[in-house]
Amino acid sequence: MGTHVCLHELFMASARRSPQAVAVVEPGQGSISYGQLDALSDRLRDRLAELGVGRGDCVGLFLRKSIDSVATLLAALKVGATYVPIDAGAPAARGAYILHNCSVKVAVVEAALADKLGAALADLGAAPTLLTVDASLAGGAGLLAALAEADQRASAPVVDSAASDAGDLAYILYTSGSTGQPKGVMLSHENAVSFVDWCSETFAPTSADRFSSHAPFHFDLSILDIHVCLKHGATLVLIDEDIGKDAPRLAQLIADERISIWYSAPSILALLAQFGGLAKHDYGALRQVLFAGEVFAVKHLRALCELWPTPRYFNLYGPTETNVCTWHEIPLPVPPERNTPYPIGQVCSHLRARVVDESGAAVAAGGEGELCIAGAGVMRGYWALPEQTAKGFFSDADGSAWYRTGDIVSATDDACYTYRGRRDRMVKRRGYRVELGEIEAGLYRHAKVKEAAVLAFADEQAGLSITAFLSSDDAKRPSLIEIKRFCAENLPLYMIPDKFSWLDSLPKTSTDKIDYQRLKELR
Amino acid sequence: MPDQLMQKIKNFIMEEFLPGEDADELTETTPLISGGILDSIATLKLVMFVEEQYGVNFEPHEVDKENLDNLVSIVRLIRAKNPSAA
Repeated sequence: MGTHVCLHELFMASARRSPQAVAVVEPGQGSISYGQLDALSDRLRDRLAELGVGRGDCVGLFLRKSIDSVATLLAALKVGATYVPIDAGAPAARGAYILHNCSVKVAVVEAALADKLGAALADLGAAPTLLTVDASLAGGAGLLAALAEADQRASAPVVDSAASDAGDLAYILYTSGSTGQPKGVMLSHENAVSFVDWCSETFAPTSADRFSSHAPFHFDLSILDIHVCLKHGATLVLIDEDIGKDAPRLAQLIADERISIWYSAPSILALLAQFGGLAKHDYGALRQVLFAGEVFAVKHLRALCELWPTPRYFNLYGPTETNVCTWHEIPLPVPPERNTPYPIGQVCSHLRARVVDESGAAVAAGGEGELCIAGAGVMRGYWALPEQTAKGFFSDADGSAWYRTGDIVSATDDACYTYRGRRDRMVKRRGYRVELGEIEAGLYRHAKVKEAAVLAFADEQAGLSITAFLSSDDAKRPSLIEIKRFCAENLPLYMIPDKFSWLDSLPKTSTDKIDYQRLKELR
Repeated sequence: MPDQLMQKIKNFIMEEFLPGEDADELTETTPLISGGILDSIATLKLVMFVEEQYGVNFEPHEVDKENLDNLVSIVRLIRAKNPSAA
């Protein structure tokens, strides 16, 4: 049975209950109450409607994390549209591709980025309406100013907030695609609300909680941060991307802002444990530490649990296509002799899981196979990619659609899953999914690159190290600095390989394909 | 006369993050963070090296692209904190 509440209605109910409560904080800059955030997102909802946005349309967010961006995504939902958050720090061409790919009608864009984005959109022959916001104004003032300016040109009549169907899309998150272009994962209101409700049941948040918002909004961890927090009338503390990577500053901020529920990829928690100077601060408010997105190396987890002994720790697992689908509470303390990572745990109560072999047959407990997930949280499909969507699922005799995660797991008798590896060429880096094929496609764009093959290796310190093997016809190969700069201009920073290795030509298999096995040995 | 302080910082970056690269390729103005040479962990390592070598302390807010994106700005920041650094 589906749920029929919309994602934005969870927020609106909190705003009615406690309009004075603080909804979102921009540390050191400003904050906004539930009532104010409701009013601000209503105004943008009306403006979006005036610009022709309605049910089934997409609204792009090309903004750094801010009160403006929270208001924008709520406004998009209120007008019945789907929000599409885009990495504002990635090259403009990638953002333009995404906006064009899902045919956004309106994008709310940080003013400083608008020219570059507009030019990249024009290259694609796309011209959505860009509503520009001055990001230097905090506390929602940037969006207010943009709305006031738009009001001077044309009034925006008040419209009702949409009561979308549970099956309507709430947001599309673009993830790395193996073909070299990102692909859009479509999540409905039902998908999102079923996940949010599961979080309520599992983590029992209250209005007194202060949630971290560490993940950027184009990353699926943000769904828990934003929507679970707003459902419970709690406070969302936005963490700027620069501070989010800077362990000592972040350590201070978590203490100063009295964060009570923390959620991030393990990589930043490992940096906090090593370089954060956590012993210097008071973390009395911190009661839960959630992490997801990649394997947490046990030595760093142990160090963290010793420095932060009071909170409960949860290992969450799930691809963007399902959001969190399994979970495991770490039993404390972490024993000194343990070095194998913790299991990803049991399936969440709103979902079902099974482990299958290559023919699709169920694998007995103890055996390894691909983890497949069915239930209310599973995505509708990939935007405009019916073939990839079909490949991503199989149906069982009851007609249930099972999403193939591509992750190989094993299960114990009591259905506790342990992650074993990937079926394909996707890796996780700093919590982001990276298709090695997308990096290769990026490298091939360099005029001097003749062949490119990218491999990932386990790395004690960084968790994962990415090596690019390259060949060139040109006697003068690009320097390391040149190729890194080229990558920085063409790929998100987390996709830039750590090492570049030039060969005369790449080894081939008997069918003349690049021989990845031999490249592994060359390392 | 070449700047000794800058040369030391450059040597550290070359050895740690650009092994095998031709030293001439790394100029005073080569973008380090925005150019993909220093990621967040590499930036922290550079800061720890500088703090240890020159007895300076970086304020958390100084560890960013504005101050550390090329050799010129790194050296400027160190000298502002320790004018005798060499």
